[in-house]
Amino acid sequence: MNSFMSIVQIALAAVLIQNFVLARFLGLCPFFGVSKKLSSATGMGMAVVFVMTIASMFTWVVERYILVPFDIRYLEIIVFILIIASLVQLLELIMRKFTPSLYESLGIYLPLISTNCALFAVVIINTGTNQFTGRPFTFIESTINGTASGIGFLIALVLMAGIREKLELADVPKTLDGLPIAFISAGLMALAFLGFSGLSFFAASGGQ
Amino acid sequence: MLKEEVKRGVITENPILILALGLCPSLAVSTSVTNGLGMGLATMFVLVCSNIIISIIKGWVPDKVRIPCFIMVSAAFVSILHLFIKAYMPLLDQRLGIFIPLITVNCIILGRAEAFASKNSLSRSFTDGIVMGLGFTVSLLILSAIREFLGSNKLFDLMVIPKFQPLTAFALAPGGFFTIAFVMGVVSFLRSRKEARA
Repeated sequence: MNSFMSIVQIALAAVLIQNFVLARFLGLCPFFGVSKKLSSATGMGMAVVFVMTIASMFTWVVERYILVPFDIRYLEIIVFILIIASLVQLLELIMRKFTPSLYESLGIYLPLISTNCALFAVVIINTGTNQFTGRPFTFIESTINGTASGIGFLIALVLMAGIREKLELADVPKTLDGLPIAFISAGLMALAFLGFSGLSFFAASGGQ
Repeated sequence: MLKEEVKRGVITENPILILALGLCPSLAVSTSVTNGLGMGLATMFVLVCSNIIISIIKGWVPDKVRIPCFIMVSAAFVSILHLFIKAYMPLLDQRLGIFIPLITVNCIILGRAEAFASKNSLSRSFTDGIVMGLGFTVSLLILSAIREFLGSNKLFDLMVIPKFQPLTAFALAPGGFFTIAFVMGVVSFLRSRKEARA
């Protein structure tokens, strides 16, 4: 029961309260780069959810059974970067071979993901302590954290793409055209998402 | 020569405000000037070191695996920096948190490696690292000064105007987006005016 609560808390926090893009400023480059069209935003978001989940699982195993026993945690950054880069390559190959239809829709976004700072961040966060239980992340918790952070990213990206498609038609002042107006829209969204921080009380006290 | 290089890094090719690279750390840590300065200098260190190494090894790296190689070089320097900051500046480590390891995947580092250091000589790459790092630091300082003043009525953690009620939202996430939108708007206004005059 306790571990179930902690999973709910992690998921809720990662999707809404500490949304990766709008509260933690992670993954902003794809957030502004790929949010011009709704279809590509959905594809990119799904690819991020997929890769984040798998990367969280892999890095957790490597961290727990290789880095910690051999006392080489100081190599974390290098090892994780290597794992992520090769994992993305591997996924691309496997998808192309076995699920061509999935590859068609997500494939072009995969190379972009390997230098996505949101992916690297979730992996680093998983090596720390779980803020709700005060213990290191378990395998299931870190997997859920990966998936939920990816879903949070997907939600923010899709909402943003919807807004930017409408912005195309709007009459924006010339100096604010392009990126600045996108930043202002993101700021308004972040303001709305700030409202979810009221939920953190529920999430923080729920497990006790 | 030097003056032109500095002008290129800080003004005409400013990494954040013109090229829009490295947005994540610049928005996340710009809540106070101290954090901004720390982050700027940390990034500059990694940028200069990785530019030097990459311009030295550029002849030996096969073209197909150059990107993984560049990432590994920057990851190595970030590891060094992370351990150093953890050991000697625990307070800065606490305040910047996850954003120090994230320097590895900062687009500025990889962008300069790919666009500049892999094609130019050692001394030019070194200068490029310095001026780009300078541009990054300067824009971080501008952003963080605005946010720290409006968000918590402080500069370098010191009170500025007594009895001024700060707008807390500027210290939180939305303020980051609004501030950079405003600064970018000002920059593009100044550019368009300059173009109209020319």
